[in-house]
Amino acid sequence: MLDPLKEPVLAVQEFVVLAGAAFRNIFRRPHYGDDIILQMDAIGVGSLVVVALVGLFSGIVMALQMSRALSQYGEVEKTGTLVAITLARELGPVLTAIMMAGRNSSGIASELGSMKVTEQIDAMRALGTDPIQKLVTPRLLATCFMLPLLTIIADFVGLFGGWVIAVLRLHLGSRLYWNSAWQALEWNDVAQGGLIKPLVFAVVVSLIGCFYGLRTTGGTQGVGRSTTQAMVAATIMIFITDAMITEFFVSQGAG
Amino acid sequence: MPGTGSPSVLRFENVTVAFDGEEVLRDVSFEAFEGESRVILGAAGSGKTVLLKTALGLVRPESGRVLVFGKDLGVMRETQLFEIRSRIGMLFQESALFDSLSIEQNVAYPLLNQKSIHCPPGEVHGRVEQALEFVELGDTLDKFPSELSGGMRRRAAIARAVVTAPPLVLYDSPSAGLDPITAHTIMALLIKERDMAQTTTILVTYRYQDGNLMANFRYNSKQGRLEPARQSAAPLPRTTFMVLREGRLVFEGDQDRLESSSDEYISKFCKHRE
Repeated sequence: MLDPLKEPVLAVQEFVVLAGAAFRNIFRRPHYGDDIILQMDAIGVGSLVVVALVGLFSGIVMALQMSRALSQYGEVEKTGTLVAITLARELGPVLTAIMMAGRNSSGIASELGSMKVTEQIDAMRALGTDPIQKLVTPRLLATCFMLPLLTIIADFVGLFGGWVIAVLRLHLGSRLYWNSAWQALEWNDVAQGGLIKPLVFAVVVSLIGCFYGLRTTGGTQGVGRSTTQAMVAATIMIFITDAMITEFFVSQGAG
Repeated sequence: MPGTGSPSVLRFENVTVAFDGEEVLRDVSFEAFEGESRVILGAAGSGKTVLLKTALGLVRPESGRVLVFGKDLGVMRETQLFEIRSRIGMLFQESALFDSLSIEQNVAYPLLNQKSIHCPPGEVHGRVEQALEFVELGDTLDKFPSELSGGMRRRAAIARAVVTAPPLVLYDSPSAGLDPITAHTIMALLIKERDMAQTTTILVTYRYQDGNLMANFRYNSKQGRLEPARQSAAPLPRTTFMVLREGRLVFEGDQDRLESSSDEYISKFCKHRE
């Protein structure tokens, strides 16, 4: 009767074991510094343009939508406030993480999956290297370094997009927009949206990509399957963990 | 299997391996001794690759024991297995060269990453060049695996497998998917490695002619080619044949016994000569 549950439970167990090993390896030698830098470039620098574009248009859309709602109450000058809060708390971290899931969870899964089906992972073990140490931990660390930075960039570019709309469309003063945006933000927003959420999402994005990549079977077809599964699972987990973190902050009275 | 006086290098004791409840190796027992050549024949899916991966500790058996150089792999953690693996060369079926590394970096990989090898950094380049010269690929140092043909990739993988001069080398279907001329070149390299480095060789293949070459030819280093063993004064290392069928070891013995077997499955392998 419980047979259908067996596979998901085993998968969760495997994921926890992989995550544990990946974190443990941060403190164990050897450290593959070159691989971390390489992954920071591939994951972080490679995602810069797409993340900036998403941030920019989110800011533009938020400014347009909020100004419409605020104009009903004669509070259009608060556009900066709402754009800043929504971007810093939710849209910045979540949209950046979703872009990273689409680009990097799937990329990691397909790269490691290809290595798995061509026996390169086995070869690595046969040649004296722990694949988790060499492949998973550098991707985890690189994503943890880069996702918060990308989120902050997305937030700023988004605020810039909002400013463009505020000045050109809503005819608000620049100073008014930036002041209201700046004053709206609290340290708590910066900690929650700029650090805690991106860090949790980074763990989700990188480890889910590695997990599906390393359990790939079934040749090239299997690689395609792992890639899709990684992207879908990472995206869903981003929303679930986002809800949990937000609930925690709200229940602490800091939401 | 009686001992030969030489130390045991690889020993399987009633080894059963299963994936998702399905047994892929069933109660397999054999023992390979130092300097011996073993040819493991079997159809696709008979468990040949799993047997080699079990010998390396990459796959853990469901039951039974695997002893390599007298040490039980079952009681070792992954990090402890690295020391044993550094004494085993392995050629994977599809070469398994690292795509993102050049051929030089691929061949240098075991020298730089296997802790127990202790190769001074200054000697790495020389040893890599030497290993690539051995497989006649001295001019491919800067190339990437994707730039090489299938046969060249296989040769580069042989260089990577033997660069550390391991006493035991495992070859997983080294001639699979190659044209007959390239397949012969690869087999010649295997025999060259066996005869020049005196390694214990485990060769997994579905081609009987590979086993035949291994059992009856030796490498003539002066002429740089294979020659029938009977032309040579020195005795050839003993070659034992094994046949796997659906995970079971159904035959173990010398070439004469293999060729005289009346078993339909076993005789299929002997009759398919090119």
